[in-house]
Amino acid sequence: MRDFWRALTRGSGWLGLAGLLLIVVLVLLAAFGPLLDLPDPTRTNLRARMVAPTLSWAGLGAHPLGTDQLGRDILSRIVAGSRVTLMVAGAAVVLGGILGTLLGLASGYFGGLLDRLLMRLVDIQLAIPLMLLALMVVAALGPSLHNLIGVLALVSWVRYARIVRGQVLAVREREFVQSARAIGASAPRILLVHILPNVLTPAVVVATLELARVIVLEAGLSFLGLGVQPPAPSWGRMLAEGRTYISSAWWIITFPGLALMLTVLSVNLLGDWLRDYLDPRLKVR
Amino acid sequence: MLEISDLSVGFSREGRFARVIPGLSYSLRRGETLGIVGESGSGKSVHALALLGLLPQPPGKVLGGQAIFRGEDLLTVPEARLRELRGGQIGVVFQDPMTALNPVLTVGRQIAEPLMRHKGMTRRQALDRATDLLALVGIRDAARRLSQFPHEFSGGMRQRVMIAIAISCEPALLIADEPTTALDVTVQGQILDLMAELRERLGMTMIWITHDMGVVAGIADTIQVMYAGRTMERGPVEAVFASPRSAYTWGLLQSLPHGARPPGGRLHQIPGQPPDMFNLPPGDPFAPRNPFATERCHVEAPPLRQVEGSVPGHLAAAWYDLPALLERAR
Amino acid sequence: MNPPLLSVRDLRRTYRSRAGLFGSGLVTRAVDGVSFEMTAGETLGLVGESGSGKSTTGRLVMGLEEPDGGNVVFAGTDLTAMTPAQRKPFRRRMQIVFQDPYAALNPRMRVGDFVAEPLLVHDVGGGAAERRDRVAELFRTVGLDPAFMQRFPHEFSGGQRQRVGIARAIALQPEFLVADEPITALDVSIQAQIVNLFQDLQERLGLALLFIAHDLSMVRYLCTRVAVMLRGRIVEAGPVEAVFADARHPYTRALLSAVPIPDPVRERGRKRLPFDAGGYTFPPGAALRDLGSGHLVLDGA
Repeated sequence: MRDFWRALTRGSGWLGLAGLLLIVVLVLLAAFGPLLDLPDPTRTNLRARMVAPTLSWAGLGAHPLGTDQLGRDILSRIVAGSRVTLMVAGAAVVLGGILGTLLGLASGYFGGLLDRLLMRLVDIQLAIPLMLLALMVVAALGPSLHNLIGVLALVSWVRYARIVRGQVLAVREREFVQSARAIGASAPRILLVHILPNVLTPAVVVATLELARVIVLEAGLSFLGLGVQPPAPSWGRMLAEGRTYISSAWWIITFPGLALMLTVLSVNLLGDWLRDYLDPRLKVR
Repeated sequence: MLEISDLSVGFSREGRFARVIPGLSYSLRRGETLGIVGESGSGKSVHALALLGLLPQPPGKVLGGQAIFRGEDLLTVPEARLRELRGGQIGVVFQDPMTALNPVLTVGRQIAEPLMRHKGMTRRQALDRATDLLALVGIRDAARRLSQFPHEFSGGMRQRVMIAIAISCEPALLIADEPTTALDVTVQGQILDLMAELRERLGMTMIWITHDMGVVAGIADTIQVMYAGRTMERGPVEAVFASPRSAYTWGLLQSLPHGARPPGGRLHQIPGQPPDMFNLPPGDPFAPRNPFATERCHVEAPPLRQVEGSVPGHLAAAWYDLPALLERAR
Repeated sequence: MNPPLLSVRDLRRTYRSRAGLFGSGLVTRAVDGVSFEMTAGETLGLVGESGSGKSTTGRLVMGLEEPDGGNVVFAGTDLTAMTPAQRKPFRRRMQIVFQDPYAALNPRMRVGDFVAEPLLVHDVGGGAAERRDRVAELFRTVGLDPAFMQRFPHEFSGGQRQRVGIARAIALQPEFLVADEPITALDVSIQAQIVNLFQDLQERLGLALLFIAHDLSMVRYLCTRVAVMLRGRIVEAGPVEAVFADARHPYTRALLSAVPIPDPVRERGRKRLPFDAGGYTFPPGAALRDLGSGHLVLDGA
């Protein structure tokens, strides 16, 4: 842990540190947002439609980031949206990560027909544009929060499966795995005790980078009305609703866009740094 | 030919710093072959990298000293001049020919390149010379093999290619770092014979770094035994092998099997582990593993000095008188 | 003579490299009809150079790879074509120590747990506390401080790691141990320690040891019999002294003549015998012929 901090605070580690700090702020905001005494993000107020931001050095007004076309407070909508975004993306990354890691483990260790089938499936899925795949699934199953998480998990498992499989192929030949076979250890034992701990590092790196991708994807689906459903606020929907007013009320679309950009940027910064820190060999890929 | 004085190299790792070579001095006569023997942490390879300006810095760092090669200090000459010397007047052979050769260039091109650069040959001349060199290092069908890539050669053949590159510009000094360690015994034998022959023919001076006492016995005039970055013993091979004065040299020789095991016999073993350079004991670094160590060994590092009653040039760093102790033990 | 503990008959293993973009795949006969026997407590040295198939033979014997032909018979039971479940009881009785002490330990596992794993897998050694005592005892047996049990592999030197690997291999008190180049990657001053450890273990546990190595002087010292392999076949075998003193096969002779002797006077006066291992063709119908007293040499019919 001490090494971790040393690495974060030296050299180009500050980029990773900046990413980490932004993410911490975001998570805290999402977690404790309801305690902030902000206006209800879903309460409309047609008398206060499209109020311009009042954020200034002088202090905060009633609506620091302004209101949208229905008079809802943009700041509280962004904060509430961050809850939804982080929860959906987090759940999808964890689900996809577990699924992909397990399939990658099995594919790499057992090989044969299972491996060939899984890897062709991966190839096929990677060939279909993600948005199209997500669209098809949501269209078929109907939009809901659970379906959204499921869809996002489904589009992200392939990367874990690929990376983990490659690592397994390398680790499998290491002598301690041979030694486990020589003592008669069962396949599940070998996979869980000897192989999994040694392939987890790259999986964690993929998870960070994947988180950023999934956040963007979720925003995209919500933008198209296939993601988070009203009245729950979401960054993607805020962008979709605000785009009509871009010339008259720039803040409606700008602030959620900035929030999205900052989030993805910080996750990517942390992911890149984590990749270099944990395993310099993954740099060239 | 080469005069190294007080070469000192440091290494840092995880915020800690160690002087892996605290101050190494030796000289090399023209035509001499010096065999440097040591284990991991002995500094034998690090010192060669430092001489060649190939020490990765960081984590390594040359802290001081001089290495005068034909009037120039290798440690202070500009990088460009060092590049000119390497592959020109100083040839280098490393342990692993696969990483030392460029996989996407033909072998011919890799031999020809230093000739064009250092000797100002044309491409045509260089390739002709490369053919001769391949034949010289014992590769049959040399002209055809020039256009092949490194992966088309076996390990032993690749090492021959490395040697061909190293000797292409007829270097005055050849530094070979564990050149036969990765090779099979029969191939190692062929390379050793080849090197001995080339040395005669080209009048080369050589530094041969290895961990194998047998290899040194065959190829070197002078042996230098290193431990924890220090020279423990140095001298003409015959004298050192016949009567080692450092307990470390003696232990290494004793630990090797000689013939069949007598009933109930055991190999002599040096106790303990190789030195941790970041946590060296005070005094003689070998003292904790040395059954002959005296009180003084544990507090004060012995200087390297001429062994009384042996041939001139037989030096040892020891506070104790090993032959007397061995005599008494018997 | 005692009935053999291990009997290897006509073992074969072929590797097919996947066909490249152009041309067809290559077929390598890594092990090409290897047969030998070992009695309980005996030490057999298996020597040869890279590509001779000596390590593959060890892995085939251990069932880490499936042979394409031939049998491995251990204590009267044919192990080839057994299911993993049928084979498991035999895994207790045969173990392996690997060459590379850096790859042989799981970097994410405490060494104590690593040594305890065979006990856990075979459900011997009782409860956690008893098992810990047994592991501590194993640590002492191989010359390691039991206080090291809580540490991770990266905190150890190469020789210490090899001791951990040996402790794990003897945890189930096997009767037979394959040591695949166990000292090659170690420092010279550590090699003797490990060889002495093998010798102690053999005396204490009555282990039969298949010592795979390329260091002929060490094989001569440690082993009672030796088998020399060349390109997947045994070309000469027999009692160590018979083979070393009176080598008959040109390859054995070349090998022996190439071992450097740590003695400047003898080493310089020596002539190495040439032998082209790659270009050598086995005489048609070649078979091992007994020269008497178990000294076998590969001969043309």
